[in-house]
Amino acid sequence: MEKTKRKGAVIFSKYSRGEGIKRLLSISREEVLFELRDSKLKGRGGAGFPTATKWNIVAAAISSQKYIICNADEGEPGTFKDRVLLLEYPELVFDGMVIAGYTIGAKHGIVYLRGEYEYILQSLEDYLAKMRNDNLLGKNILGKEGFDFDISIRLGSGAYVCGEETALIESLEGNRGEARNRPPYPVNTGYMGKPTVVNNVETLASVPHIIVKGGEWFKKYGTDRSTGSKLFSVSGDCGRPGVYELPWGTKISELLDLVGARNTKAVQVGGASGTCIPKSQFDRTLAYEDAATGGSIMIFNESRNMLHVLKNFMEFFVEESCGQCTPCRIGNTKLLEGVEMIEKGEFTFNYINQLKELGRTMQVASKCGLGQSSPNSFISILENFKEEIFNGNGGAHGK
Amino acid sequence: MESKGDLRAPVSQTPLIVEKPKDTSAIGGMVSIEINEKKVAVPLGTTILEACKMNGISIPTLCHHDDLCVAGVCRICVVEVEGMRTLQASCAYPITNPMKIKTSSPMVRRARRHIIDLLLSEHYGECYSCFRNGKCELQNLAKEYGVDSYTFGHVEKPKYEVDKSSYSVVRDMSKCVLCKRCVRTCIDLQEVGVLEAVDRGDNTHIGTFLEKPLADVICINCGQCINRCPTAALRANDPSDEIWAAIDDPTKHVIIQTAPSPRAAIGEEFGLGAGHSMTRELNTALKRIGFDKVFDTNFTADLTIIEEGTELILRLYKALVKKESVALPQFTSCSPGWVKFLEHYYPEYIDNLSSAKSPQQMFGALIKTFYAQRAGIDPANIVSVALMPCSAKKFECNRPEMHDSGYKDVDYGLTTREMARMIKEAGINLPEMPKSNFDNPFGEASGAGLIFGATGGVMEAAIRSVVEFVLGKKTEDIFEKANIIPLRGFEGIKYMEIPIGDKVGPVPELLKHLVPNWDWLKGAVLKIAVAHGTANAKKIMDDIKAGGKFSECHFIEFMACPGGCLGGGGQPIPTTPEIRKKRAEAIYAEDESLELRKSHDNPHVVQIYQEFLTEGPCGHLSHELLHTHYLKRGRYIA
Repeated sequence: MEKTKRKGAVIFSKYSRGEGIKRLLSISREEVLFELRDSKLKGRGGAGFPTATKWNIVAAAISSQKYIICNADEGEPGTFKDRVLLLEYPELVFDGMVIAGYTIGAKHGIVYLRGEYEYILQSLEDYLAKMRNDNLLGKNILGKEGFDFDISIRLGSGAYVCGEETALIESLEGNRGEARNRPPYPVNTGYMGKPTVVNNVETLASVPHIIVKGGEWFKKYGTDRSTGSKLFSVSGDCGRPGVYELPWGTKISELLDLVGARNTKAVQVGGASGTCIPKSQFDRTLAYEDAATGGSIMIFNESRNMLHVLKNFMEFFVEESCGQCTPCRIGNTKLLEGVEMIEKGEFTFNYINQLKELGRTMQVASKCGLGQSSPNSFISILENFKEEIFNGNGGAHGK
Repeated sequence: MESKGDLRAPVSQTPLIVEKPKDTSAIGGMVSIEINEKKVAVPLGTTILEACKMNGISIPTLCHHDDLCVAGVCRICVVEVEGMRTLQASCAYPITNPMKIKTSSPMVRRARRHIIDLLLSEHYGECYSCFRNGKCELQNLAKEYGVDSYTFGHVEKPKYEVDKSSYSVVRDMSKCVLCKRCVRTCIDLQEVGVLEAVDRGDNTHIGTFLEKPLADVICINCGQCINRCPTAALRANDPSDEIWAAIDDPTKHVIIQTAPSPRAAIGEEFGLGAGHSMTRELNTALKRIGFDKVFDTNFTADLTIIEEGTELILRLYKALVKKESVALPQFTSCSPGWVKFLEHYYPEYIDNLSSAKSPQQMFGALIKTFYAQRAGIDPANIVSVALMPCSAKKFECNRPEMHDSGYKDVDYGLTTREMARMIKEAGINLPEMPKSNFDNPFGEASGAGLIFGATGGVMEAAIRSVVEFVLGKKTEDIFEKANIIPLRGFEGIKYMEIPIGDKVGPVPELLKHLVPNWDWLKGAVLKIAVAHGTANAKKIMDDIKAGGKFSECHFIEFMACPGGCLGGGGQPIPTTPEIRKKRAEAIYAEDESLELRKSHDNPHVVQIYQEFLTEGPCGHLSHELLHTHYLKRGRYIA
């Protein structure tokens, strides 16, 4: 969709470059935190942790160095909204990072850019150079004494797990991308062992609007527990795929109408690690309290074979598990083998149920979010589409 | 970019390190928690695992090891913490606020069972055809959790080829459970860094640089990874079949030398607790197995002290009197792991290594020359075996330069574990054996040679002799009971100064041809240091490079393994700080029980200088048989 056609009440609302940073000249860190808390902004990466709380912990930490990291390792299958933000609205993301740096007391921000997005690196570097030129970055920003902040961009190397914040930090430090033990959390012991805020691109892009227009304004959109709006990356069987800004609380059916989806059988909300929602539940709402998502919406119409969909997801996780912890490394392989068994018709219901149980173990016993969420689609697709999979054309009858 | 300081292992493998309060009675010093509805209080920062242990609740572990930093990867130790959505790895979770823990809820039991089932599904092989049968931590877990079938299947074909390239360490990655203990041992404990996880997902495995065979990377053969592997993925390169064949061959004269550390630990393989010395029982058992002669490596340890001590005196004499440039401090060279470490990491310092061979290799050269002549045996028919606590000794005896007798000086290095298995295979229960003595012509050795087994032992043995040589006084007059306590214990690096003072003694007969008197040492202060584990060795080496305090030392003992030889890579599994402490106690107790406690008092040593090495220590024949040279390997030549 063309930028000019993009409509949205919050993120795509009017904002002029540097506006949020200028606002900082007249407000204190505490006031920023107040607006942020008032807005009830939650992390847009999917986990939904309150942003103000995260910032507050780092702001309160005593440390010689602190960092703000922008998680631009947009790797969840079916999401591409961060790419749109970085390409077309870099002012929102980078102003958000400057505001974060000012608030938490970090002098250095790092963008961890997905390896496959290397082609937008130059345009981002050019934009940062312009910011430095206009003193929106660098020393004594906009003449404010002691307001020093700069941003560097680092490229990932294609591992999905590096979107997990502690694995991302490991990768930044030059180590193998593997999730850390938690606690400690990055807000205490993050990049280089220093207090660190890791925020999603979209979270940071929401911040300048909140600072300029106020938390009260932000809360007008969305639901009580999911304030503001959300960017959805819509793909699959629909007439108008693309990035949409919709307020939280939008019903799945409303979204489907908007994007021109017909004969929809299922919607995968939240990418490969999300849940698969069948037609009977299309009145559910997109919100943290109902169908939560980091933004990926994949639409499948009646012609799709849900077992193939599931197999595709499981192949993805088998390949993308970092291989560190047992439940995720071997568990995903076993789930994929299970899907293949169903495909061939060589399975027992008893074993498939055991695999579902295994999935529940993976959800609670894996070391990081990857393994904890990878069985979601296995469980939800087998549960919600059992008619099709076990009795229809998706697989032969079980024994 | 800021440095992470001392942190060596990836942070993904270390937990939050909460400093435990010194005074637990202070406010906040103790945290009240509930474990399985029982109220207890634990010091702030205690991990859930420690807290459970302290309260008699057992939690299964696999990737956890007392010697290593925490990984939290196997997930077998998960517990339920009230209010948390996911289970927590108890080994990696420090308690900083009150919490309610359940260690055996349905969710926890299901998770543990699943994890064992998953590990078994990818673990190649059957227990009865595995050398760790009965000593495998995975097997133990399976037993504990009543596994009676392979829920998620079982691999039928090995996924990886067994890497037998190294003389010392065999890697069978098809048995690996990816607990990463070996990685943490190599990177963090030893700071060698040969092993690391490679690839991801289902293809994750422990690999070497560019997947090269172990023999072609800069592995130092210390075998510490073997000692910490929970399964049979890592083992020593076992020569026992060849040794059996030699024993069974009537034309071969099979000799075994036994080092002190295996004797202090082999009882553990026979169900005894750590710290039971089996020296004389072992002599009998070895004879019954069929070894023709059993010699005491301590004899050549005593010889090492004379040769290495003389070398030190010569270096000091050259530096102080002749003003020649010589490499100081002198480093010990008994530990082949340490030698290879130095050759790889600090090749510019190989001149500092004592040219004296290790006791094993000295003995090897003497057996096929001196002993062969005396006994009238063709050295070609002698098979020389060395019972060592060490996997690197296997590499050492295969170094091409170790052929000074005209034959391979030592044919086989055998570890404690392999020896125990041979003894069991022969149907012998070691602890029940009657005691017997070592064979002549080397007979009994001194306690100084014996304590080579513990970190600081070589230095203590050397000092016992040097003090008497130079000061002309009894060691007992300076150190109570000749025990040099500052050199004992498991502190990573030990440092000691010994002032020579104004009174020196006469030069003993043995050294008269080398130095005229000791006057040049008057007023000097002998500075010595001891390090065990290559991580500590690295600290000293970096300090020397930077011109720090250790660069002023005269003599430094280095051992590749934590605890010294008693913690060697060939010793019984498991190894813990507690076990190593007990082995050390056994060694020191045995030393104190002996009459003969100084190397230069060993009558067989005196005799060999009178009858065979007639030019004395560091003389021509000595140099030919008992000394060696080293290789500047650097980071690229394995």
